[in-house]
Amino acid sequence: MATISASEAAVTPADTKGKATLLSIRNVAKSFGKNIVLREISLDIAEGEFLTILGESGSGKTTLLRIVAGFESASSGEVWMGDERLDRQPPYRRRVNTVFQHYALFPHLTVEQNVAYGLRVAKRPEAEVASRVAEALEKVRMTQHAKSKPSKISGGQQQRVALARALVNRPRLLLLDEPLSALDANLRRQMQVELKSLQREVGIAFVFVTHDQEEAMVMSDRIALLRSGELEQVATPREIYIQPATAYVAQFIGHTNLLHGEVRQGVVQCDSLSWPAQLPDGPALFSLRPESIHVMSAAEPTTPGHLRIRGRVLQQAFHGATELIRVQCPGGLVLTVRTPSNAGIPDEVDLEFSPASAVPVRKSPGRN
Amino acid sequence: MFSRAYKTIVTVPPLLWVTVFLLIPYLLMFCYSFWSVSPAQTIIHSWDLANYRTLFRVNVYWQTLLRSMWIAARVTIFSLLLGYPLAYFLSFYAAKRKDLFYQLVIIPLWVSYLVRAYAWKTILGSDGVLNTLLQYVHVTKHPLEFLLYSPFAVVLTLTHIYTPFAFLPIYAALEHIPRNLVEASHDLGATPAQTFWKVIFPLSIPGVVAGATFAFVLSLGDFLAPLLLGGPSGIMISNIVVSLFGAAYNWPLGAAISLCMLALVVSLLFLSERLEKKWSFS
Repeated sequence: MATISASEAAVTPADTKGKATLLSIRNVAKSFGKNIVLREISLDIAEGEFLTILGESGSGKTTLLRIVAGFESASSGEVWMGDERLDRQPPYRRRVNTVFQHYALFPHLTVEQNVAYGLRVAKRPEAEVASRVAEALEKVRMTQHAKSKPSKISGGQQQRVALARALVNRPRLLLLDEPLSALDANLRRQMQVELKSLQREVGIAFVFVTHDQEEAMVMSDRIALLRSGELEQVATPREIYIQPATAYVAQFIGHTNLLHGEVRQGVVQCDSLSWPAQLPDGPALFSLRPESIHVMSAAEPTTPGHLRIRGRVLQQAFHGATELIRVQCPGGLVLTVRTPSNAGIPDEVDLEFSPASAVPVRKSPGRN
Repeated sequence: MFSRAYKTIVTVPPLLWVTVFLLIPYLLMFCYSFWSVSPAQTIIHSWDLANYRTLFRVNVYWQTLLRSMWIAARVTIFSLLLGYPLAYFLSFYAAKRKDLFYQLVIIPLWVSYLVRAYAWKTILGSDGVLNTLLQYVHVTKHPLEFLLYSPFAVVLTLTHIYTPFAFLPIYAALEHIPRNLVEASHDLGATPAQTFWKVIFPLSIPGVVAGATFAFVLSLGDFLAPLLLGGPSGIMISNIVVSLFGAAYNWPLGAAISLCMLALVVSLLFLSERLEKKWSFS
């Protein structure tokens, strides 16, 4: 596991489960004047996939989405859907629909008229419009609010109307621009589940933009982590957590300990610790998740093949089922450890971890 | 929160102003409209509806009122036809030059009304710029007489003067339309033309109503443009009121006409407010 090189993990897989590629973003770059927002982004989205573009604010995630939707044109690069070049089409010719961050429901139209909008402009027969709108409203449980104006319904309900308005057109791809960010925490969690099951039900590919790593982990088939206009890693939530490609990814997704080591002839030296690893000589960086480190009592023998270190507890933070403790080890090394709650932590603890769980990561420029 | 003395100090001056310069004059006018003038040119303080009867029986009065409304209606339509595209262009396409264009629309308002009306006189007159040019390029042999001293001249001048008043509320309404609604419309497959008619225009209706009200009410009561450029055929109701209060010395009839116009304008304002409310969404 630890021998997979970081650069291999960063390569974008064309598709995950043998499904056909739906959308292909090829070398897309975007700059506003001197400000470079996206650099050479290449990303494939498979049919029926739930892909999350995750990144901090200013990472370029919304810009990338807007380029796919057609509200922004790329400075260079191409966007393909099948054998159709999408980036040369105006937004109203693309078989892509968007759920906007603030829903963007038409205030002068009722819920029903909002949902019918796309079908009406496409001049579908009125009978078909009526039945498809009714079906879409049913699906998002908004039938009883059909005649209301958007200003008369709650944020969560507006969210569902926005979804129905997009899905009723049966797009091949649905883009969602931080659609849950305006909702409060409880409703947000509920909507995450609803959205995910809705996506499974309709089988349409979703590209979901968020800055919330937990949301990304819960919902996605794959996560594309964007940082300062560049893709750091594209992988399933599990892969991205277990095998982060870079130090940035490791720190952005969950908690981690970054260990700075030095490799010499197949042996890593990191402060007082050392373990064998198939890596080229030179400095190396490792991500060690807090839950991979175990607190042992002094009487217990070291598990064969594991590394053991003793340290002084600096801090203890309660997180419900688990708690995070910070331990000062010899040589200036501070480790964060996740333990079950109420463990009754003494002042001095013995820590143990398997060298296999120290994942080598690339250094991220500008950080660490 | 504020002391009683402070409240008195800030509310009394405006109340006083409104009373002295608005309520009392209107009350006086209301009284005058029921009085009459004796052959010896004195005001007879007897109360009857004779003036209102005259207003509807003598053709020249109600015909002029109708003509004034027709002129005002045309001015309103032309102001909207000019003001709306201008506001739309500025709001959606002017980008960085927005402020510059906005100022260019506003600047004419700084120039005296009288100067602008006179300018049209020199353009439209028989020796004016337009006629000279038309003759020079041999479009006509003789100066076109209908250009000046006609309802045409009045409509043209008033349109020029009141277009900014129609433009401003429309521009404000367009600026208030969230741009993501336009994006959402395109996203749902609507062409730019469909987006305009289904989203942008309906949401700008309050501005259109406000602009139309400004243009109509202001030009209905206008008296300078018809005086300078209207000629006998371009006379408007305000000119009649002016002459009734002046040379004709029939204040009671003048007051009756004024009150009719006031009633007309107030009901229009009321109607337009209702319309604006009906079409505004927040």
